[in-house]
Amino acid sequence: MDYYVTLVQLLDSTIRLSVPLLFACLAGLYSERAGIFDIGLEGKMLAGAFAAGTAAYLTGSAMVGLLAAVLVSVLLGLVHGFASITHRGNQIVSGVAINFIAAGTTVILGQAWFRQGGRTPSLPAGARFGALHLPGAEALRDVPVAGYLYSELISGHSILVYLAFLMVPFTWWVLQRTRFGLRLRAVGENPAAVDTAGISVTWLRYRAVICCGILCGLAGAYLAQAQGAGFVKDMTAGKGYIALAALIFAKWRPVPAMLACLLFGFLDALAIRMQGHPLPLIGEVPVQFMQALPYVLTVILLAGFIGKAIPPRAGGVPYVKER
Amino acid sequence: MSQPFAKLPAWADYGLIPLVNLVVAFLVAGLVVLLVGENPIQAAGLMVKGAFGSGEGIGYTLYYATNFIFTGLCVAVAFHCGLFNIGGEGQAYLGGLGVSLACLAFGDFLPWWLTFPLAILGAALAGALWALIPAWLQARRGSHIVITTIMFNFIAASLMVYLLVGVLKPLASQAPETRVFGEGGQLPQLGWLLQMFGLQVRSAPLNVSFLLALASAFVVWVLIWRTRIGYEIRTMGFSPRAADYAGISQTRIIVITMMISGALAGMMALNPVMGAQHRMQLDFVSGAGFVGIAVALMGRSHPVGIVLAAILFGMLYQGGAEIAFDMPNISRDMIVIIQGLVILFAGALEHMFRPAIQRLFGRLSGSDLRATPIATGESH
Repeated sequence: MDYYVTLVQLLDSTIRLSVPLLFACLAGLYSERAGIFDIGLEGKMLAGAFAAGTAAYLTGSAMVGLLAAVLVSVLLGLVHGFASITHRGNQIVSGVAINFIAAGTTVILGQAWFRQGGRTPSLPAGARFGALHLPGAEALRDVPVAGYLYSELISGHSILVYLAFLMVPFTWWVLQRTRFGLRLRAVGENPAAVDTAGISVTWLRYRAVICCGILCGLAGAYLAQAQGAGFVKDMTAGKGYIALAALIFAKWRPVPAMLACLLFGFLDALAIRMQGHPLPLIGEVPVQFMQALPYVLTVILLAGFIGKAIPPRAGGVPYVKER
Repeated sequence: MSQPFAKLPAWADYGLIPLVNLVVAFLVAGLVVLLVGENPIQAAGLMVKGAFGSGEGIGYTLYYATNFIFTGLCVAVAFHCGLFNIGGEGQAYLGGLGVSLACLAFGDFLPWWLTFPLAILGAALAGALWALIPAWLQARRGSHIVITTIMFNFIAASLMVYLLVGVLKPLASQAPETRVFGEGGQLPQLGWLLQMFGLQVRSAPLNVSFLLALASAFVVWVLIWRTRIGYEIRTMGFSPRAADYAGISQTRIIVITMMISGALAGMMALNPVMGAQHRMQLDFVSGAGFVGIAVALMGRSHPVGIVLAAILFGMLYQGGAEIAFDMPNISRDMIVIIQGLVILFAGALEHMFRPAIQRLFGRLSGSDLRATPIATGESH
């Protein structure tokens, strides 16, 4: 029973840790399926988290925080769009720029406004997205195995967690079953064909970038308002890049994206749990090794030792209308 | 878009456009300064004064510039091959390991001018090896070099924390750093150079590696524009297919370019580790690898431009530290914003002002230049 409890708790923190990855990963999916590489997921998430922390603290409303996060993140997304769609700039360079702008601005503004070393004041319960208790969670807790699983693992997360996992089938449906999704995929593979059909490549790609911004904003709001209680300097800590790696690993498809994010979340949860617990045979694993593991794994995955990932064909290439 | 544009004279292409981009970046940064309730013009004045107002300020400015010359060259060499090496941060960190091992092993009994070449070798080798794996993966396995080098930054950070906390730290010490190097592991200061101009450098850690940085800039210029391998690198960057037809091995060029790039990043470690602190401290790179991206973009990947851009960023770095005394709302993180804005305007949006400037030149210089239409949009 002890091992079972440990396992369920491990999976529970896996879910919590994979949610920001999942939001960011799906965000990247919309953008990259439309042919816009986005390395700026990290920056948008960070700026979103800062906006969420600030707005939620000032207004005391969780919803306002969320909207602020989405707004700021979409604005940064539009900057990326302006550079890479309108001005056909290098998408990677633009994304890197956004990451730096977000990293610097959040610290400077946070310090100037709140004077707490770059963090925002901690949020009261009303300004956060607290845990939702699903019906019957308390009553079923004592039912062996399944009841505990239900009350620990399935119930008791914030609404954003459920939203993140609902976004997976929703994204699949949008991409595979709607006109917008078909066009979005087409513009990432062969924008000239979309253009020939009389559909604006520019507008489509802008819409994809906006979708990306919304989801990154949700990821940021989750970090500042659900996982944490306020913004902390550099709180994304490379999650945007991990999400990007998960996206590639998932070959730009929603359901595998969720699985990849859960895998990286699990590694993270495992790393936290293993701190100070020696393993049989190996002895104590250095914390740094566990911290580096997701990145090492990403490199191995990307090297194509586990299946080859083929990006959208027009990805990273600015579209030039024929003259 | 096939409007007839005048071909810009070189000074406009390499001087005016970067300048316009820079000015816009600073204007936007000024808005952020306004947003935190300070006066941007006053801030700029304080910054210039902090960076160039005293011998010590100049010493520090050039000390920081040394870091950025190395990392700027690192990014630029990769740019010439069409590769984006974001891994300068990690490569420089590993370079510190090379420097430290050389200094710990030989610093106690060899004079500095014998340890120095060994440390250079160690730094370059460590940086190059750290860049080798992403390069090989890009060339042979097709994994995107941007992502792999970012991952290698994180891996380098973990590895170095592990080494500094566990392996390299002297037993008696608490701080995660190596012991102080012996006499031979410490580079001579360059204070006398500034004193010749009557400036007092006081504690500024400007050292011999500044001269090495300038020499490296020259070597990179020779390498890129005056050697066979440089020609191959540029061909590859200009058109991988043309390089392929010319019988240039992609794998070979990518691996060589990235190793040179990594070696340059690694050599950056000489300046803070061997030149200033005389020991390796945790996180001594502190973002210099990323500043290199902005420096390379602003310097348009040319060594002369990079040296100038590096001095500018050195000024921002030193001046930024000085501002913090008078304007507590502004810290060094302001540099990160400026860096991001420079990357945005000089990199991703580099073509934003070009058409307007070209039109202006076309109008000024009459019809003879307009006869040759230049198509925009194909340069990238």
